[in-house]
Amino acid sequence: MAEPQPVLEMTGIVKEFPGVRALSGVDFRLFPGEIHALMGENGAGKSTLIKVLTGVYSLDGGTITLDGESARFGSPLQAQQAGISTVYQEVNLCPNLSVAENIFIGREPTRAGRIQWKRMRKEAAELVDRLGLDIDVAAPLSSYPLAVQQLVAIVRSVGTGARDGAGLGTKVLVLDEPTSSLDRDEVLELFRLMRQLRDEGVAILFVSHFLDQIYEVCDRMTVLRNGTLVGEHLVRDLDQVGLIELMIGKALDQLEELHEHQLRSDLGETLVKAEGLGRTGGIAPFDLEINKGEVLGLAGLLGSGRTELARLLFGADQPDNGRVTIGGKQVSMSAPNDAIAAGVAFCSENRKSEGLVPDLTVRENIILALQAARGWTRPIPASQRDELVARYIKALDIRPADPEARVGRLSGGNQQKVLLARWLITQPKLLILDEPTRGIDIGAKTEIQKLVVSLSEDGMSVLYIAAELEEVLRLSHTIGVLRDRRLVARLTNGPEITTSKILETIASGEHQ
Amino acid sequence: MSATTQTPKAAPRGSTASRARATRLLGDRRLPVLVTAALFIAMYVGGLSRYQNYGFGEPQVFLNLFIDNGYLLVAAIGATFVIMSGGIDLSVGSVIGFTTMFTAWLVERQGLPLLLVVPLALAVGAFGGFLMGYVIHNFEIQPFIVTLAGLFLFRGLCLVISKESISINDASVGTLAQTRVSLGMGELSIGALVALIVLAVACYVLHYTRFGRRVYAIGGNEQSALLMGLPLGGTKIAVYTVSGFCSALAGLLFMLYIQSGDPLHAVGMELDAIAAVVIGGTLLTGGSGYVLGTLFGVLVLGLIKSVITFEGTLSSWWTKIATGVLLCAFILIQRTMTSRRKT
Amino acid sequence: MTTTSRWRALTHHHLFWPVAVLIALLLVNVPFTPDFFSINMTDGHLYGSLVSIVLFGSPLILVAVGMTLVIATGGIDLSVGAVVAITGALTCSYISDQADQNTLSAVFLAMGIGLVAAVVCGLWNGFLVARMGIQPIIATLIIMVAGRGVAQLVTDGQIITVNSEPYKLIGGGYWLTLPFSVFVVAAVVAVTVALTRRTALGLLVESVGGNAEASRLVGIRSTRIKIMVYMFCALCAGIAGLMISSNTSAADGNNAGLWIELDAILAVVIGGTSLLGGRFSIGGTVVGALVIQTLTTTIYTIGVPTQTNLVFKAAVVIVVCLLQSPKFRAKVFGAKGLKGPRRDAAPVEPAPAPDAAPKMEVSR
Repeated sequence: MAEPQPVLEMTGIVKEFPGVRALSGVDFRLFPGEIHALMGENGAGKSTLIKVLTGVYSLDGGTITLDGESARFGSPLQAQQAGISTVYQEVNLCPNLSVAENIFIGREPTRAGRIQWKRMRKEAAELVDRLGLDIDVAAPLSSYPLAVQQLVAIVRSVGTGARDGAGLGTKVLVLDEPTSSLDRDEVLELFRLMRQLRDEGVAILFVSHFLDQIYEVCDRMTVLRNGTLVGEHLVRDLDQVGLIELMIGKALDQLEELHEHQLRSDLGETLVKAEGLGRTGGIAPFDLEINKGEVLGLAGLLGSGRTELARLLFGADQPDNGRVTIGGKQVSMSAPNDAIAAGVAFCSENRKSEGLVPDLTVRENIILALQAARGWTRPIPASQRDELVARYIKALDIRPADPEARVGRLSGGNQQKVLLARWLITQPKLLILDEPTRGIDIGAKTEIQKLVVSLSEDGMSVLYIAAELEEVLRLSHTIGVLRDRRLVARLTNGPEITTSKILETIASGEHQ
Repeated sequence: MSATTQTPKAAPRGSTASRARATRLLGDRRLPVLVTAALFIAMYVGGLSRYQNYGFGEPQVFLNLFIDNGYLLVAAIGATFVIMSGGIDLSVGSVIGFTTMFTAWLVERQGLPLLLVVPLALAVGAFGGFLMGYVIHNFEIQPFIVTLAGLFLFRGLCLVISKESISINDASVGTLAQTRVSLGMGELSIGALVALIVLAVACYVLHYTRFGRRVYAIGGNEQSALLMGLPLGGTKIAVYTVSGFCSALAGLLFMLYIQSGDPLHAVGMELDAIAAVVIGGTLLTGGSGYVLGTLFGVLVLGLIKSVITFEGTLSSWWTKIATGVLLCAFILIQRTMTSRRKT
Repeated sequence: MTTTSRWRALTHHHLFWPVAVLIALLLVNVPFTPDFFSINMTDGHLYGSLVSIVLFGSPLILVAVGMTLVIATGGIDLSVGAVVAITGALTCSYISDQADQNTLSAVFLAMGIGLVAAVVCGLWNGFLVARMGIQPIIATLIIMVAGRGVAQLVTDGQIITVNSEPYKLIGGGYWLTLPFSVFVVAAVVAVTVALTRRTALGLLVESVGGNAEASRLVGIRSTRIKIMVYMFCALCAGIAGLMISSNTSAADGNNAGLWIELDAILAVVIGGTSLLGGRFSIGGTVVGALVIQTLTTTIYTIGVPTQTNLVFKAAVVIVVCLLQSPKFRAKVFGAKGLKGPRRDAAPVEPAPAPDAAPKMEVSR
């Protein structure tokens, strides 16, 4: 069997942002008629690679070859014209227009400047029909559920240039997390369409956080970690454990001594109890208990539902069903205020958009939660406030140690510490940390982990979410394992629990 | 202390069909226009029964709605383009006032022929709109603020031309203003005819040209429109240019209607125009609506004025209050519709 | 501290540019009116250009101060002009119905009625914005349109004149040699500053305007805060309405407070508060309002026809906004920045203070 020519070849791709090297010399190949998975955790460089490919970002180094010719795209439009189409997680269509218009807008059939609606609808209907979909092209897009809108987006992108010649104009179709909010039937319909397009010779690049889906529909995969290529494999050659190992990697274990600490079992009474808590499209109903002074780590891949679980426990999203009791009292969880009043604190993984107010100073950001709880009429007295702020700036070693500095100008690690300080001064009973160590330097990482241990020793319960398994293993008394939006297992930390054990649990998805 | 996991229950599907129908109906973009049209008819029928003996039933009363509101219709059509694209234009009233002043000054004080003045005035209005669109798009400043500057600028230019009102005694203007076109059941003025032509052209442009569809697309979701490869900047600038042009044309019609130029003409008319657009069912956030709806919006506003005139005892300010109440009602309707569409 | 660093500290103060513009504008007057800064005492009252700037600028300062808080939450209030008219109309019509217009209790009751009406308008705006989730521009448009009608309804379309000595005091009277309105403005500004900086209201407002989602997740009840801010803004507009009607001893439903919302927004922007919400500066707004009033006065004194006032204002709006626009700065000043000394050594490029805005305009 002769080696086929790749339709797309990217070699030595480098992309740098101020202070970060997002991609360092990544190679990537895509063959016609294959569905290729791009795998990696947060910060691995997946989305950067896609954005470089689709012309959203410019290249800092390396070459792109499309159909044997060197290519470089300055904008998504140029990439589209060259035959690379993208469908994103959020449907980038106009819900107020009809399906047919969404497929054709920008290249509507016209005669003397007049749009030929009949012809447009007919051609749209034909295209939809040929792809085996049952969609009324005259209906407004918004009358269809998200899943169908997603399919329409695909129809639009493969329809590009279809009228100019025979067959499909698109050579490469990039699907960036199209399945994250679809249910099973909808996913199957999407897969059917993907396979049909593959059989017609389209090269499909597929990003999904659902491992099962990767194994179900993909032929080959490329795995990235920390901006570098760690492997290209045929899907059938690499099992799930191997894949997860490639994605997560083995971090250097410099905090081993902490591990011993977390093996003790003298935990306090139950603090938080969730029963049947769940939210459609977020996480399947789960039961969970967290004891006083316990660190509960959540292990699972990105998109496995770990953030969704945390948000439900904080009332950031409203649960569809289930109930939560904290310290024996039921909490309504209709808004974050309820959770905060019950002593829950939540540091979001999105520091910038959901955590800090970048325009305000370090001091203001630190006292915000405490002040919100006190209400606007009872300001914290200046002396007490300054003393509190100074104490936490010192305790957490926030730099610069200037309470007047604007938070937006601090480095990531220091911003994270400000966020931590904000919640620590409210003296919460349960502290939820969603990827507190993401995107910060190793020194700050270590400090934050040590802090978690000392907080738990003082009796605070912590829900700890991290992408790195070692981190979870090191800090947690108990480990909750998530997979595909379900809490699948709960492991009590002990000598027999290792990263590979957790990996197996994630991969198999069975509770032990 | 073991974790149990429950499989997600299948969502109940019993009421899906009827709910889908309700959603469809509420989601139908024609609904607001129909509501406005129905409101208009109801008001008209109400007026008929109440003022039958005062000649409300005369066809000319109906046609007068167009004669008396032709300029507002044109201005509102311009505003429809802007609002449809998700923007707002506060300079409408000022541009109208400026145009009346500008033309009156050129015709009366400078003695230029009307044939030359008209295209000049239209060009100035369109250029003003173009400039505002250019600044809005290229420097990413909120349309609200940029057109606010436009409001100040054109009103100021009015006053720079003259502080006093200039009445127009030009013969050609007089003839144009007096000309009536008979329709059998009544007659229409030149201004009303022009307004109807603009309406037809706007309908065609919005529904049958790529430009028109781009306006809808940008109003629906600007980010998506950009990612779909639509020329965002050109469209936005064009939309404001159209609005400036329409405002200038409305100014000419207003000048024809009132036969004078005055620095305080059409103060606050942008509010009437925006109100007409919203009452006509166009979403203020953009992307949804019809020019035909704007026609009904203008007619409803015009009818309120006529009813108040016929009532006799009601004073003119009831127009403003009624407009505000209608505006409020339609904004709340829009709000419930959009929030329902999301779920 | 070296002189340069002291100079840097001074120029970086958020009030520097607004104040510099104000001083520059004032100085422009001197060649035309040499005794511009002189203040005379006549009949125990102080007179002079400076005094009249403050006197005539008072209503604008009041409205702009209220508007600052609304804008800081990321909103806007277009209805203040209408609220000015409603308050004036209600108060004057109540006073004019009295047999003795000089009764103190009646005047207080009249003002109370007017201010309560204003606060109700604010409550309605706040309800629409915070509860119903309607865009502020649209929500406040309703009262902007209907409010004037209501004001005219109250005055029956007439200009109601009153002849009440106590009422005259607020907008036209003198106290301790100064216009009484100066004391009203000082009191309102002081109360506002105390309300926002002595309590936590200012912090919470800035937080809601700076990052709405983060504020929700930190447990701030933003609905309440927003409603309160709209009510406060309407109250300020109401007081301005009292002042305007008192100054002329008349209530004009049609023209009282016309376009004051636009001037107020302009004052807020000149004062360095971003229209996107977040950090606000009451002091900056006061200076901004004074700049606008001085501009009006200046145009008058230097002999430019007063009609051009609006054209100047338009120019100010555009220049201020252009200078605040990051894209404009990148296009115009970006090229220059590259030629100069390397700045990108700083870890994060500090955003140039928005207050830097009005300088260009005047120094040209």
